[in-house]
Amino acid sequence: MSLHGLAFQDAPGNPWFSWDYIQSNSTAILDALGEHVTLTAEAVGLAAVIAIPLGVAAYWFRRLSGPILAISGVLYTIPSLALLAFVAPVVGPTRSTSVLIGLVLYALLLIVRNTLTGLNQVPSEAQDAATGMGYGRFGRLLRVDLPLALPGILTGLRLATVSTVALVTVGALIGKGGLGNLILGGFNSNFHKAEIATGTILCVLLALVLDLLLVGVGRLLTPWARAAR
Amino acid sequence: MNIVSQAFTWLNDPLNWTNPGGILDRLGEHLAISAAAVALGCLVAWPLGIWLGHTGRGGSLVVLLSNLTLAIPTVALLTILPLTFLGFGKPPIIVALAVFAVPPLLANAYTGMRQVDPETRDAAKGMGLSGGQLLRRVELPLAVPYLAAGFRTAAVQVVATAALASYVNGGGLGQIIAQGFGLGIDVAGGQILAGGLLVALLALAVEGVLAVVERLVTPKPLRQERRRADRETIATGVA
Repeated sequence: MSLHGLAFQDAPGNPWFSWDYIQSNSTAILDALGEHVTLTAEAVGLAAVIAIPLGVAAYWFRRLSGPILAISGVLYTIPSLALLAFVAPVVGPTRSTSVLIGLVLYALLLIVRNTLTGLNQVPSEAQDAATGMGYGRFGRLLRVDLPLALPGILTGLRLATVSTVALVTVGALIGKGGLGNLILGGFNSNFHKAEIATGTILCVLLALVLDLLLVGVGRLLTPWARAAR
Repeated sequence: MNIVSQAFTWLNDPLNWTNPGGILDRLGEHLAISAAAVALGCLVAWPLGIWLGHTGRGGSLVVLLSNLTLAIPTVALLTILPLTFLGFGKPPIIVALAVFAVPPLLANAYTGMRQVDPETRDAAKGMGLSGGQLLRRVELPLAVPYLAAGFRTAAVQVVATAALASYVNGGGLGQIIAQGFGLGIDVAGGQILAGGLLVALLALAVEGVLAVVERLVTPKPLRQERRRADRETIATGVA
């Protein structure tokens, strides 16, 4: 355990927080943050575009809901590193697309499941009323079902966003991990604690900020829920 | 399809299995780390969850904790913990993985205790059972399906995340993938794919085995109810 001793001995010169480090590496840090935000936004956006229609399909055609949930469940069970190992050799190990595909597959389940739950919670009275007013299938979906399912869908998006922010760091193995590059890079360059801590704190803060952002969007989109309270 | 055949060639080489640092070595490390992490997680989460559920307090704490751990990157914990008093080697990795095993264990233990019918609890109290007896003879047996479900979720998650231990050279099957990426895709594309296959198969196998175990430990009359409870947990998004 000589390494153990080393980590302690160098403590004075290797603090967890260093303003110096942040100032002299601000460009690199901002680049990493930018990559992290871009990857997260792309992944959650793509996953939502795929998953919400899948949720609607599972809602309309009961027979499909079993297979859809089962397949996205299996994708969710496959470890992130294994997904990266499947995708990277095919797509190219130096492209962020490799990381993106894994992130999208991972976020699918959370959004599909919550969309379906949200749709299932739409009161049948509201649906009956909509049908009675002459709404067709699509009209009812767009005007009644989806707006009323929004809280469920947003829960899914929030869970997906927060876990995606954390998961992007896995891409650091191929140098496309956003803030994960700082974390792993710090570890590999002689346990540079300031770099690791900066990456970690920014990562957790980013998750928090994006989560609050989605809560705000949700409040704007569902004014009736606020009025009820 | 070239890379797929490379992967199978790599898997077919017996030396890749039996060499030091080969598949069997890595599998052993992977399972040992995972088992220790799940055990540590159970040791912390079950008593706490059972106590909170028994007293009916701290429901928001359970939710807060699971939301909080969702935002912590595994890679960050894996790199930070070796630099703390835990030192290098297996302990920091086991602790890091255990942190992610706690939320599902805790949430399910808590829900399992809380879902016991209040009338059942009243009846038991009316029969003169003390708080401890109520816990041991009524609440715990009824919570077994939930404890088992939490165990399964936690174990699968730990086995999956244990692959990331390779980022800090911590052993496990992920090491095969990390080593492959280190050698480069042209040289070791097959090894990367093979490693991914092994990690994925292990996770799915653990999931399958524990699903059977979960079914076995759930008494027959509770099975129907458990399925309903599953859907309710999903609705809250805590699962």
